[in-house]
Amino acid sequence: MTRIDDTFSRLKDNGKKAFVSYVMAGDPDYDTALEVVKGLPAAGVDIIELGLPFTDPMADGPTIQLAGQRALEAGMTLQKTLDMAAEFRKGDDTTPIVLMGYYNPIYSRGVEQFLADAKAAGIDGLIVVDLPPEEDDELCIPAQAAGLNFIRLATPTTDDKRLPKVLQNTSGFVYYVSITGITGAANAEAGDVGPEVARIKAATDLPVIVGFGIKTPERSEAIARVADGAVVGSAIVEKIGAGESPADVLAFVKSLADGAHRA
Amino acid sequence: MAEDLINSFMTGPDEGGRFGKFGGRFVSETLMPLILDLEAEYEKAKTDDSFWAEMDDLWKHYVGRPSPLYYAERLTERLGGAKIYLKRDELNHTGAHKINNVLGQIILARRMGKTRIIAETGAGQHGVATATVCAKFGLKCIVYMGAHDVERQAPNVFRMRLLGAEVVPVTSGRGTLKDAMNDALRDWVTNVRDTFYCIGTVAGPHPYPAMVRDFQSIIGKEVRWQLAAQEGEGRLPDTVIAAIGGGSNAMGLFFPFLDDKSVRIIGVEAGGKGVDDKFEHCASLTGGRPGVLHGNRTYLLQDGDGQILEGFSISAGLDYPGIGPEHSWLHETGRAEYVSITDKEALAAFQLSCETEGIIPALEPSHALAHVQKIAPELPADHIIVMNMCGRGDKDIFTVAKHLGFDMSDTEGREME
Repeated sequence: MTRIDDTFSRLKDNGKKAFVSYVMAGDPDYDTALEVVKGLPAAGVDIIELGLPFTDPMADGPTIQLAGQRALEAGMTLQKTLDMAAEFRKGDDTTPIVLMGYYNPIYSRGVEQFLADAKAAGIDGLIVVDLPPEEDDELCIPAQAAGLNFIRLATPTTDDKRLPKVLQNTSGFVYYVSITGITGAANAEAGDVGPEVARIKAATDLPVIVGFGIKTPERSEAIARVADGAVVGSAIVEKIGAGESPADVLAFVKSLADGAHRA
Repeated sequence: MAEDLINSFMTGPDEGGRFGKFGGRFVSETLMPLILDLEAEYEKAKTDDSFWAEMDDLWKHYVGRPSPLYYAERLTERLGGAKIYLKRDELNHTGAHKINNVLGQIILARRMGKTRIIAETGAGQHGVATATVCAKFGLKCIVYMGAHDVERQAPNVFRMRLLGAEVVPVTSGRGTLKDAMNDALRDWVTNVRDTFYCIGTVAGPHPYPAMVRDFQSIIGKEVRWQLAAQEGEGRLPDTVIAAIGGGSNAMGLFFPFLDDKSVRIIGVEAGGKGVDDKFEHCASLTGGRPGVLHGNRTYLLQDGDGQILEGFSISAGLDYPGIGPEHSWLHETGRAEYVSITDKEALAAFQLSCETEGIIPALEPSHALAHVQKIAPELPADHIIVMNMCGRGDKDIFTVAKHLGFDMSDTEGREME
């Protein structure tokens, strides 16, 4: 059982849906980002997705691209991202952290070294956007062997024929991408998402969390209602980018979390 | 892996799209089904005579193939060594090799029922070729181009617009070719149902590197029979040489000769201001290390933390921090050699071509020519070098004028020093 499995079993016992938030590590700088991350559990966040900055985030919209650029300009690195997770862990041993990013910084460090370091830093799972199941040998299988969850994205283009392949080596939860597009783009419609989540749940026992295109507490609630939880990223990152204080950012996060928890 | 342990260099990639450890399919899940579709369609087309009949017809009547293989007599005399042939792909319609590949991909897109074509472009040659073929077939065309390149390649931007394409200046990241490719991928992930992504080089996720190579291989195939016709049955070149940004013209020339062990293969990267630790160059193989970007594992310019660096070159067409994965494999196996040429050396070769052969070359093949200039004098007269003259220099005259101190805005003109 990982912290992720524990979290979902606790939520299930309480009859609650999960609220997952994404922030970019080191955006706009290390200290501010750490302050935000430390405040997430109290704001109602069940799982923290921590963005690993990369120069070429091909699946992300402008909001998260800019967050990555701000972080890199402020000197963020893979090591400092792991340091940040470790720092958070000193005060919180239950909230799962999922590292989300692209493969090259990880490959550059070396997969074995990275997995050992990530585990030691208290990372619980990985979402690596540019590693589809066809490349499972690269990181997915070694990560599971090292005791980390490897969370896969399923998308509207993942048809029934392909779905088993996507689910095969997934653990922790399944992240359903509600739209064909990049992060922060079109609005996710609960009416479209519901049947898709049902389709995925018919094929797996894992929780299915929905992300992309969720920007308000109302939508967070509506989407969480038809899934096991909702993820918000760009809408939070936008506030950080606009220079809002950690307290204001966390107040917004709380409204989103409350929305999901009402579902 | 030593070269002599490999039976054939022409069987790759494997099922996973790998050339050795290079290549692969490093894309998001949304794109994966599309890439598998494309692969299946391409596999079908590859063995379909009607597909190649359509290609051959258009290559001949629309592009003007075969391009001549030209004995550069004065250049040979000037350098005083090896016998130099130029493969004249700069004479193709649209002025470069790019259209060889675009035709193939657009015919494939039509077979797949796609109505919207997107492309990335650096110098604008691939964008112009894509806009051209889309105009010919009445397809909607959107070209992503770094904002910086839009500014410095104004004539090509205007050409694309004349041809009916929408040119989208890319300001994300640093507004260069790699960012244009990121934005093209973002478009594709958003418009998956009707859109075909026409990649301009032998990079990207499988099957692009192999597919683009196959379309460009017409260059090397023609060289084979053309040289035999001019030099006698069975005569192969001793050296083939081409410039490399992503590496599509080079792969097109090299591929048909990979299993002819007597043929020396040389790829020339853009050395910019010199290949050192300041990264003011685009020499991914001579100055980078393996990484994963834009769907494939290959040599990349990157920092110690795996962040991608911008390249630098006088030639916008070589200004990319990566290289096709098959080149990375040929480099590691030792089957091909890769060298780099500085901006300065390329400019000198540009002038040499103008003066000795009356050919104004693009800055990209000027890099290849600069290396020919280095090696030809040391080689015997019966050594045959075939260099790919992959593009013509019209697009570059402004850049060259600036570097040579010639003021193009001065209508009186001014003598060069």
